[in-house]
Amino acid sequence: MLSQQLVNGLVLGSTYALFALGFTLIFGVLRVINLTYGFYFTIGAFVALTVAREFGANIWVALPVGALSAGVVAVVADWVLLTRLRRAKAGELSSLMVTLGAVLALYSLMAVFIGTDIQRFPFGFVDNTAIEFGSIRISLVQMLIVGTTFVLVAVLFLLLQRTKLGLMIRALAENEDAARLMGINVGLTVAAVSFLSGTLGGAAGVLIGLNFNAIQPFMGEHMMLRGFAVIIIGGLGDIRGALIAGVLLGVLEVLTAGYISSNAKEAVAFTILVLTLWFRPVGLFGRAQAKRA
Amino acid sequence: MTTLLSASRLTKQFTGLLAVNEVDVEVSAGSVHGIIGPNGAGKTTLFNLISGLLPLTSGTLTLDGRDVTSAPPYQRTRLGVARTFQNIRMFSDMTVVENVMTGMHTRLKSSGVASLLRLPGFRREERAARDKAMELLAFVSLADKARVRSGDLSYGDQRRLEIARALAGDPRLLLLDEPAAGMNPTETRDLGTLLRQVAKRDITLLLVEHNMGFVMDLCDRITVLNFGRKIAEGGPREVRDNPAVIEAYLGTKVAARLAKAHGA
Amino acid sequence: MDGMTMAEWLDDFLFTYETLIHALGVHGLLALSMYCVMAVGQLSLGQAAFMGIGAYTGALLTLNLGLPFWLVLPLSALAPAVVALVIGGPTLRLSGVYLAISTIALGEVLRVLYINAEWLTGGALGLSGIPRKADLWLIYLLLFLAVLGFWAVGRSKIGRAMEAMREDEAVAGVMGVNLPVYKMGALVVSAMLAGLAGCLTAHSNSFIGPNEFGFEMAVTILSFALLGGIGTPIAPVIGALVLTSLPEILRPLQDFRLVINGLIIVVAVLFLPRGVIPFRLRRAP
Ligand SMILES: Nc1ncnc2c1ncn2[C@@H]1O[C@H](COP(=O)(O)OP(=O)(O)OP(=O)(O)O)[C@@H](O)[C@H]1O
Ligand SMILES: [Mg+2]
Repeated sequence: MLSQQLVNGLVLGSTYALFALGFTLIFGVLRVINLTYGFYFTIGAFVALTVAREFGANIWVALPVGALSAGVVAVVADWVLLTRLRRAKAGELSSLMVTLGAVLALYSLMAVFIGTDIQRFPFGFVDNTAIEFGSIRISLVQMLIVGTTFVLVAVLFLLLQRTKLGLMIRALAENEDAARLMGINVGLTVAAVSFLSGTLGGAAGVLIGLNFNAIQPFMGEHMMLRGFAVIIIGGLGDIRGALIAGVLLGVLEVLTAGYISSNAKEAVAFTILVLTLWFRPVGLFGRAQAKRA
Repeated sequence: MTTLLSASRLTKQFTGLLAVNEVDVEVSAGSVHGIIGPNGAGKTTLFNLISGLLPLTSGTLTLDGRDVTSAPPYQRTRLGVARTFQNIRMFSDMTVVENVMTGMHTRLKSSGVASLLRLPGFRREERAARDKAMELLAFVSLADKARVRSGDLSYGDQRRLEIARALAGDPRLLLLDEPAAGMNPTETRDLGTLLRQVAKRDITLLLVEHNMGFVMDLCDRITVLNFGRKIAEGGPREVRDNPAVIEAYLGTKVAARLAKAHGA
Repeated sequence: MDGMTMAEWLDDFLFTYETLIHALGVHGLLALSMYCVMAVGQLSLGQAAFMGIGAYTGALLTLNLGLPFWLVLPLSALAPAVVALVIGGPTLRLSGVYLAISTIALGEVLRVLYINAEWLTGGALGLSGIPRKADLWLIYLLLFLAVLGFWAVGRSKIGRAMEAMREDEAVAGVMGVNLPVYKMGALVVSAMLAGLAGCLTAHSNSFIGPNEFGFEMAVTILSFALLGGIGTPIAPVIGALVLTSLPEILRPLQDFRLVINGLIIVVAVLFLPRGVIPFRLRRAP
């Protein structure tokens, strides 16, 4: 029973980690809390849903198409909303507000045209068999989620540590002006970061949409609570912190649901968020600088 | 003379840089004390440590015998520390007189309730505050601009407004970070006169300035910083003739040549 | 108006537009609660959540305990104030994004809790049958007093300190402003105002549900303040009036109400940082 719950917790946790990954990446490099991130999640899921429905695409096509479309949306959103503020070196609250207004407009526009009814992937989109290891059951979707999370995280780390683009991104994260002086094309790097994080958000949208099989314009917004909790518990901008915090949150939620009540589960994220702020605002690993006001 | 401000082994480390490195400074009550040093010597950082804008890495700071090492800025202000900024930092949307009245924050006693109900005591205090602000503005020759938006003032006017705002809190110690920067010779001379009058009001001045004539003229005592360290201290004449100071400002070669010339 | 007296016409008008007129007053209070935080340079996105806490507290006290309204009203202001202390305590020491993030998260978690705690909150169906005790005059009296209060305090050392914090927080500290106290004070007062607004909503609509105090409402409240600007306390109230009545006047816009509110924030931040009413309060006698 406990081991089954731990497995479920790990799966849930990987979805949280995957979701928060792109979110914390944006903050880590671009120093903005970009609330349009939740919309990338929604868009990823909807694009995947559409190609699955209209063209009968299977998951191996729908997942990358959904994720990459979200990446493109992210580049456009960042360019439209934040270029001007970045140039004016406006405060972090201005960019937060702009993305907040934009994301409400986007969700609502989508709701006006698509409606807020819950939509589902076509029957048989993914094989819903499960594999049993002794007493533990793992569904194919769950394995897909964990597997994809692993692959995406590995790709992201390789990209950041081993490529020229990764070097540019890390330089930008250090200091924008210095990066510019070093001859780094800041605009391009910003776009690349947006694309990466949008893709991660979109992939999370497809997989989580699949896991709960419930797709709806505001799904990204409802995911944000976990996103906020994970990036603050892990430390703002700390990628490794977000991964661990995501998994931890998933496990804690499942255990809370199992041993206390399923209502209490919903409060876990917020409770740890507030506790972290009180007792360890720099996040679990303290790598991120919790900037003092 | 009694010591008003005493800094001991004051240190501030930024990532990989000791901006202020084990600096000891004693400022006597009633004196005009100068801090000089080349660009990047750590003068502004020292001011930030004294006014509490930056937490210090190590060292202690006492004001009139009271330990203020980790006191937040507002407490130091209450104890009588005021300052101006090198890169003028006014509340630019406020009018000139409002800026000065903001500087009186710690001296106004009316409660929130009194202001909510606009009680007579509150209104009296506000009027008195306005009158005092107008006097200060007259003192720095800005009386005719009291209702102007501060951001619209000329550069020299903004510098003098900052001084008036700092004086508004009745400080005992006033830190001035390059008050003459960007002023023409006439303005600079007027500023010197103004600061002498301030000093006469029993306000101790701690002054950072690049204009050597101005500093030598005004200060009783001067501390010289270079690369975060104190390299010399003494009266104006003493400091001017100190080879280490000449070297810090002019580089080794010139200093050596000067030394030779003096020797000859 | 043929055949009608003025009084009859007014009655008729009030009857037709009652909901709207209530909403205008309540939204004015919410706009002021946003103003109060923004006036010290902070951003709270929990105004809708605070409103919800006030609404549920008020409704439950009336429905379950039958407390008199004069007691329910202040208690509904107190409850969100306590929550504001718990969230503001750690976040106000940190940079502004922490308060913004944790207050959005608050709204999100409360929405789910209202839905799940069915035994108390009626779940997704919400609470209904709340007696209509929030008279029109009461709403507008409170709104009037709040504007007056902000105006009076704005013209004192407190108002100057708040504007100073908004312009340059560090320098405000050097002027002797006790920053933590001011920030916390602003957040608590704003939570109380939002709580009042929530309680008034509950007792004028006679129904409240879990989705009324979520993300959409939070952003809408922000759009009031950004449209009007925060130069004077009346500006955000006017922002609220415009954004609340606009969809009523232009019916076809109704569906796009939230889209417009969102876009107003985008446009205001990018192009109109002072709002459409850019005057500022004089703060010297
Ligand atoms: N907030 C900061 N973070 C990192 N480094 C800083 C910071 N503030 C100052 N420094 C560095 O500390 C050193 C001292 O700076 P400071 O501003 O104190 O010099 P200064 O003596 O006032 O120079 P100037 O005469 O040009 O005003 C400089 O090298 C500066 O780049
Ligand atoms: Mg300097």
